Amino acid sequence: MSILEVKKLTLRFGGLTAVSNLSFAVEENSIMSLIGPNGAGKTSAFNCLTGFYKGSEGEILFKGQSIFKQKPHKITKQGMARTFQNLRLFKDMTVLENVMSGMHSRTSAGVFGAILRMPSQIHEEQKIRQVSEECLEFVGILDKKDRLARNLAYGDQRRVEWARALATQPQLLLLDEPAAGLNQDEKEQLVSLIRRIRDDLGITVLLIEHDMGLVMKVSEKIVVIDYGQKIAEGTATEVKNNPKVIEAYLGKEDEE
Amino acid sequence: MGNSVGLIDRLKENLGGKKTRGAALAVLFAVVAILPLFANNYIEEVMTNTFFYIVLALGLNIVIGYAGLVDLGYAAFFAVGAYTTGIFMKMGVDFWFTIPISIVFCIIAGIIIGGPTLRLRSDYLAIVTLGFGEITRIVARNLKITGGASGLVGIERPTIFGHKLYQITDFYYTFFVLVILAIIIAMRLHNSRLGRAWQYIREDEDAAEAMGIDPVKTKLYAYMIGAAFGGVAGAFFAVKMTAISPETFAFTQSAMILLAVILGGMGKIPGAILGAVFLVFFPEIFREIGQMRMLVFGILLVIIMVFRPQGLWPQRKS
Repeated sequence: MSILEVKKLTLRFGGLTAVSNLSFAVEENSIMSLIGPNGAGKTSAFNCLTGFYKGSEGEILFKGQSIFKQKPHKITKQGMARTFQNLRLFKDMTVLENVMSGMHSRTSAGVFGAILRMPSQIHEEQKIRQVSEECLEFVGILDKKDRLARNLAYGDQRRVEWARALATQPQLLLLDEPAAGLNQDEKEQLVSLIRRIRDDLGITVLLIEHDMGLVMKVSEKIVVIDYGQKIAEGTATEVKNNPKVIEAYLGKEDEE
Repeated sequence: MGNSVGLIDRLKENLGGKKTRGAALAVLFAVVAILPLFANNYIEEVMTNTFFYIVLALGLNIVIGYAGLVDLGYAAFFAVGAYTTGIFMKMGVDFWFTIPISIVFCIIAGIIIGGPTLRLRSDYLAIVTLGFGEITRIVARNLKITGGASGLVGIERPTIFGHKLYQITDFYYTFFVLVILAIIIAMRLHNSRLGRAWQYIREDEDAAEAMGIDPVKTKLYAYMIGAAFGGVAGAFFAVKMTAISPETFAFTQSAMILLAVILGGMGKIPGAILGAVFLVFFPEIFREIGQMRMLVFGILLVIIMVFRPQGLWPQRKS
């Protein structure tokens, strides 16, 4: 069954069509990648899925329900989490506080709960802490939980982003270029982390990535887009040998 | 200048330990609690005024410091609170019952100003709130029920357990209790799910929204709670002064409270308190030099902002 279905999605900025008639589906419990050359419209498509851009036409179904043109926080609440291409941490807060933000949509304490410190609120705070620490442990930086996010090494800041997204307890995780800026070693760890997210936590993963080695290694299905349109779809080997894909990445061979 | 900044830093370090901090707070609390036994009316009056500004600064700190929203018309909320209490007491309602009414009216005012404007960027928000502050004052000036330009006079003094509050010492303790309540509420809000949501939004609104936080609703809460603080302070202000007029709530009043928050260090409770203390004490200490003191005050503020833009007691960075 597909957890996410994108049907004829089109996004226009004035006269420019960033995404055009894009359709694809993400199977539940799979790892899928969306790739394409620079400026192909990957991030635009991604932003439509997560509600940051409002698509012009089309339909997006998440767990069978339409999330087209919904607000980002509502989409997150329904179980879709995302990370950002360029890190968007809460820099002047601790690592743990950063991850605790993910639990916001899963909890409910309000003004009076906070002021009166009611037992239910205290219990909820403990729960938020506990889940956040579990997420930090999962990505391997629990020992750094009390550091300020801005003082962490780049690779660790990435991990905070993943932990924060996991703390929203999603069914579908969208990773926007998770390997950007990571070294070879960290990329290896990322591959195993993505697999663990799917295998141990049962979360479906959709990633946008530039690093072909990583995409080929980890994804079960790949959708290739160029100029906002889908040009190929299939397994790593199928996509690799598709002439259209080769053309998009390497340019057309001169015919003489 | 450098010296005094260094002194505060050292003071902060020494207060860093939990034990010394607790002890210092206990001593401070005791001194403030028994001060009226030794002090004259003048000192009590100044202290009461300080308490009053502390409550307002803590309220505005929620809007500006926690949630990172600009508000140049905070005096409007304080005016709504004062007038609500004044008007209802004139109608014969007991003072203590007018407090919840004031809070409700202030929250409504907070929604009216916040609802349509919170989608705006900060510089536009500044202008809209500035306008809102002026509108409130001008409305109070022109309505019959608010007493027009001369305002409301002869507001009754409140009674608590059969004791009528009318001496300065009575109000000293009343406002002292208010300050303590305000500090507790501000602290608890800061360390709560809602308090963190404000900080997430202040740090990065998009990221906060991606984490499932509704930015409009969360910001509106900041406005509503900030307004409620202003409302309570206004209600007590009305019965302490027994007379209120529109000019009490002019822009300079909003600017003063804003200054206390920024001067002290946005987002920190001790900062807001320190800012309010400084703001009330300074003109009193230099009363002798007359009008010159506002000049000196202005120059000093500029110097502080140049050398310590993060405020006297800014957020801790580790």
